[in-house]
Amino acid sequence: MNLLSVVRAGIRSGLIVGVIAIFIVLIGMVQTFAKRYLTGEITLGMVILLAFGLVAGVLAARQVAKSSPRLGHKVLAAAISGLITGVMLAALLLVVSQVSLRDVLVNATPEMVAALSFGLPLSGAAVMLMGMSVATAVIAVLYGLVPPRLRRALLEGIMAVILIGLFWEAIIGLDVSRLVMNFLGVKAGKVLPLPGGIGLLGVVSLVTYLLRMRPRPETAVVRQRHRTAWRYVSLVLIAGAMAALPFAVGLFWSQTLTTIGLFTLMGLGLNIVVGMAGLLDLGYVAFYAIGAYAMALFSSPASSLGLGLPFWVALPIALVFAAISGILLGIPVLRLRGDYLAIVTLGFGEIIRVLALSDVLKPYIGGPQGIMETPPPYFFGTQLSDPRYLYYLILAACLVVVFISLRLNDSRIGRAWIAVREDEDVAQAMGINLVAAKLMAFAIGASFAGVGGAIFAARQGAIFPMDFTLFVSINVLCLIIIGGMGSIPGVITGAFFLIGLPEVLREVDEYRILAYGAGLVIMMLVRPEGLIPSARRRLELREEEAEEGVADVAR
Amino acid sequence: MAVVSREARVSRAPAVKLSLNRIMLWVVGLGVTALVVWRIAGTAALGLYGPDVWLMQTLNGLVQGSMYALVALGYTMVYGILLMINFAHGEIFMIGAMSGYFVLNGFHQSGFLASNPVPALLITFIVGMGVPPIVGVLLERIAYRPLRRAPRLVPLICAIGASFFLQQAVRLLFGIRTKVYPTVAVLSGSWTITVGEREMRIQHMSVLIIVITIVLMVALYLLVRKTKIGKAMRAVAEDKEAAALMGIDVDQVIMVTFAIGAILAGAAGVMWGLWYKQVIHTVGFIPGIKAFTAAVLGGIGNIPGAMLGGLFLGFVEAIAPTALDISTQLKDVISFGLLVIVLIFRPSGILGEVLTGKKA
Amino acid sequence: MKKWFVTLLVSALVLALLPVWAFAAPPAQIPEDKIEGKIYTLEPRETLSLVAAREFGNVLAFPAIVYFNNFAARKNPQLTLITDPNAVKQGDVILIPTADLVKAYLAGERIGPAKGDAPPDDPWGVVTVGPGEPVRIGFAAALSGAGVDVLGIDEKRGAELAVVDRPTLAGHPVELVVEDDLCSGEGGTAVANKFVADPTIVAVVGNMCSSSSIPASDIYERAGYTMVSPSSTAVAFTARGLRSANRVCWSDAIQGPAAAKFVYEKLGLRKVATIHDGSPYGEGLVNAFAEAFKAMGGEVVAQEAVSVGDTDMRPVLTKIGVNKPELIYFGGFVAEGAFLASQRADVGMENVIFMGADGIKAEDFIKSAGAAAEGVYASAADLATAGPGVNAFLAKYEATYGEKPPAPFHLHAYDAVNVIMDAIYHSAVQGPDGTLWIGREALNRAVRATTGYQGLSGVITCQPNGDCGTGTVAMSKVVNGQWVPAE
Repeated sequence: MNLLSVVRAGIRSGLIVGVIAIFIVLIGMVQTFAKRYLTGEITLGMVILLAFGLVAGVLAARQVAKSSPRLGHKVLAAAISGLITGVMLAALLLVVSQVSLRDVLVNATPEMVAALSFGLPLSGAAVMLMGMSVATAVIAVLYGLVPPRLRRALLEGIMAVILIGLFWEAIIGLDVSRLVMNFLGVKAGKVLPLPGGIGLLGVVSLVTYLLRMRPRPETAVVRQRHRTAWRYVSLVLIAGAMAALPFAVGLFWSQTLTTIGLFTLMGLGLNIVVGMAGLLDLGYVAFYAIGAYAMALFSSPASSLGLGLPFWVALPIALVFAAISGILLGIPVLRLRGDYLAIVTLGFGEIIRVLALSDVLKPYIGGPQGIMETPPPYFFGTQLSDPRYLYYLILAACLVVVFISLRLNDSRIGRAWIAVREDEDVAQAMGINLVAAKLMAFAIGASFAGVGGAIFAARQGAIFPMDFTLFVSINVLCLIIIGGMGSIPGVITGAFFLIGLPEVLREVDEYRILAYGAGLVIMMLVRPEGLIPSARRRLELREEEAEEGVADVAR
Repeated sequence: MAVVSREARVSRAPAVKLSLNRIMLWVVGLGVTALVVWRIAGTAALGLYGPDVWLMQTLNGLVQGSMYALVALGYTMVYGILLMINFAHGEIFMIGAMSGYFVLNGFHQSGFLASNPVPALLITFIVGMGVPPIVGVLLERIAYRPLRRAPRLVPLICAIGASFFLQQAVRLLFGIRTKVYPTVAVLSGSWTITVGEREMRIQHMSVLIIVITIVLMVALYLLVRKTKIGKAMRAVAEDKEAAALMGIDVDQVIMVTFAIGAILAGAAGVMWGLWYKQVIHTVGFIPGIKAFTAAVLGGIGNIPGAMLGGLFLGFVEAIAPTALDISTQLKDVISFGLLVIVLIFRPSGILGEVLTGKKA
Repeated sequence: MKKWFVTLLVSALVLALLPVWAFAAPPAQIPEDKIEGKIYTLEPRETLSLVAAREFGNVLAFPAIVYFNNFAARKNPQLTLITDPNAVKQGDVILIPTADLVKAYLAGERIGPAKGDAPPDDPWGVVTVGPGEPVRIGFAAALSGAGVDVLGIDEKRGAELAVVDRPTLAGHPVELVVEDDLCSGEGGTAVANKFVADPTIVAVVGNMCSSSSIPASDIYERAGYTMVSPSSTAVAFTARGLRSANRVCWSDAIQGPAAAKFVYEKLGLRKVATIHDGSPYGEGLVNAFAEAFKAMGGEVVAQEAVSVGDTDMRPVLTKIGVNKPELIYFGGFVAEGAFLASQRADVGMENVIFMGADGIKAEDFIKSAGAAAEGVYASAADLATAGPGVNAFLAKYEATYGEKPPAPFHLHAYDAVNVIMDAIYHSAVQGPDGTLWIGREALNRAVRATTGYQGLSGVITCQPNGDCGTGTVAMSKVVNGQWVPAE
């Protein structure tokens, strides 16, 4: 590899990272996070600025590494890459400080200049940005010289500090942390203190370093025995943790857990429709809405029916309503496949929302003003309005639905669905009743969502049409795909990721949806089969990969 | 390529067992159609609305439909080639409208728009149609190309993610405030014609939008039918592998497809801005969904189908609340209901069968 | 090495000076017994602004007069309680406070808190704010999500500027804890639970939308958290007998009828059409308007609705046009309002008057509707008297955020924060070391006791049900591209 191509690789990666860096600065992340302390005086803004150089260095080194193993080449490419990124940032700084771009780019403010220049005079700041970028890029490459085990350990330590620093307030806000702190008689500040951060770095690095130390010479039998034992232990542990969870994490996180639970219910339902039967449904929120409205109509004394039925009576009614609407939607779309189905179901979801919102149905279901005063559920005289109690109700519902899903998975109808998903014509030739199978999938999927909606209405106390937007459908679809389609643990994991994580990231409110979008794209690019794919699907994907490999060879 | 072959069977003859169901659906469909006709007749008998109202609504619908159609073309072309729903296409449209705004507003503030309106508008259109393809092609390169062989839902989710990302990126870069297109004096006049006893106004801009749309559609038709790249596009849509064997650069063809779709969406975006004035980062969402509906209505993957579907959807949206005498609030119910009815009679859209039939 | 040394030195200095500093700067406050001034009887046609200008050379000082007067009036029956600073009349006996008091008021200081050695008893619980700790006020609005984020971010800025203007409260820094509730019931309850789980949150400014305020209010009610919503105008919000739900905007039941009265009496029109945007705000407002208008004897010839996000209004306008209304009353926000107003001309309805409410009374409406905005009416809070204060606020807003307010409720958010802060002064007990004990119920009572507070959005006087934004409804009209008073 000649020097010229090294330089070229450096320039190219520098330009790519530079453009990304300018984008990140211009959307205001650096200045917003300049006041977001991770540990001690170290802010997230600083970490982001440092990360530009690091990424530029790593990217350049990777490109060079493909063709040249020489360290000198890597360092050179990284330095060039870092320099270019730094120059672009410095140029941005100079432009923003001299020309007012605020009419177009709202974040190009004096604040941005301050965040980029650390209070230095402009020329000094520009030189410093470039120097910092080059230095971090070179450091990133040199870091590759550290023995891999230590390197990993240190990296994990740094990641741990960043994560804990980022979520520090959430962590100390948990009920269990409060208990511990009260017990120890300490008071946690709003920022992870610097000594704590350094200590954390040390401890995490050391632990991960030691954990990777020794390979385990175990025989298969021993491992097997261990595994069975471990399985029981972990089951008991998980059950105990699930039971204690709401009181350990407190009110807010219990509320979040109930939301995660509701989305798990919907996810499991959609998993049957999309994951098993392969019917792409983009309007799944309709059934959630129908369940919620049925619950509110029948249980609220303030609704147009004014029956005021108790929760446990209204719940089966809501379920039946949802199931029937699932069948009603199913009938006209029986002949549609793939994307035609997707748009029709999307339309169905919108129709339900618009109807709920409309003046036509206002006398019955309240129009935009919704339905008020849905009472919380009672359980043997205990009012379940506190999310910590409601959690158990939703947990129970989830367990029931998980059980049903597991049984369906291995049942005759479950296999029929999979056959329909794989090939309708073949499935029919094999004697599967398509109409029954599809309608069954719609009805069961809808009833799960209906139960979720009913509990939602009881939890909220008041429901409005705007609770049931297309975004909910998209969220549910995304969570089953992120989790791993067709996989039940995947759905639960997906719900935790897509519903729980945004709650953890509440603070970065402005960037939440941006991060959500970027996360979906990256996730699909890096791990399209989902976090916990079902065994069947993993096999399918591998098969396709193998096929692809063959095709490549043939080409 | 299991994915493609599975999809290619879409239009196979429906099985015998479904036929009873099919008859039922026809009955339902005919019933609804009869109801619609009866309501229209009722409204007409009332005599509340004169011919000027109907003409006006038709014109409104055609203008709105033109923009839907241009956006729908992007959906349908990408679908025809990749069998994927490019959910982010609505945001491409939004980026077109935004880029147009910044140019036109700049000209407005500098006074260039007032002194040289025609070149200013031309440059606005060029930029508004020039920026979206850059984003579209980048999107394809970064987010979609690696997923070309993945299961169908994976690119869909990726596209949804990209849609959120683009929308938020624009919000964070350019602010949350509504951007208002400046009024262009040369376009804001209208003709007054007499219909029956009443006068009605036809705005210059509405005619211009329809004309531009027709020009662009004809250009697209010629491109697809008469040029080499059009031929390549059709070949890739038919069979990627075979096209590759014939020496067609499939990647390049896909890139061009994305670019053309984005150019059309950009044109629609600028016209949207000129016609409705207000542009905001969420402006692409609803037209995106509607255009997607239009594409399916016309038969997704089919270019004339998308044109027809867009115009038809716009027309129905504008005229149905008046014709059926129900609240305008329910127009989305009508348009999606229409979609269901059409799909009951023709499961692959109005013009859908032609293309899929060839493929099967 | 040198840096360490400097750090050490500075820390040592600070530590050494700490006791001195602590004694030198006692918590800023106005003791109750120091309310002094002269008793004055208003002359004919004399307004409080005039008095303020004459006495203190500052028109903006008149809220201080109201504040001290109303405080003194509780003990001195001779004084007139001012419930509306713009409606004082000849013969009202008022207290004109001393210049020092006015100065203190304008610097953000208030009467109180009471001195004490122990936390007060409070059935809803007591928030303890230790020395130097911040007083934390929650804020919930939609900061993301199509169409609503503009409103929410605008409110957030208003609330932030309130804290910028009054950064401390009885010697404690004030901190705004901002949360995104997405304007949904889901988000509203999530945020409510988050605040309720955090015992340091004193009260909540929010929520923004009625659809999230109403589910959230049940949670706040159970936990005894005071909420002051800047913009939940649905009648149901305060109609359910909750003790802790308050708002500084009016309910739709006030604004709608006021607008109807204006149309019927001042404009003398008898045939109107209404359009709402399907939001709880728009729908509730339009209904209140239509009912009042019919009750007066007017005719509502068409009632239509559009959806948020609709752009082509020509079909709906054409449809209502055949009924020949003289005026279109619209309940909704800027975007749809501007589409309606500007597309009137396209269907030959440019002579039909267009009227909206506070949802459209923003600069952006005029910009978006262009020439068609001329002659459009809107009912909104009366800004005429608070004019100078509003202008200063708007200048600060633009300087801070680089743009003019894109939505209408920033003033209400600013006022909501101030109402809560004043109520904390009135209800809290301060220990000798500066610790602040805030009884939650006492705080709520203090909020509901707010009388005649001159906010930026109008006069704030709380009713027993928590409706505080009872300020006068003023009609504005667009003339030459500016919103001006219509009368």
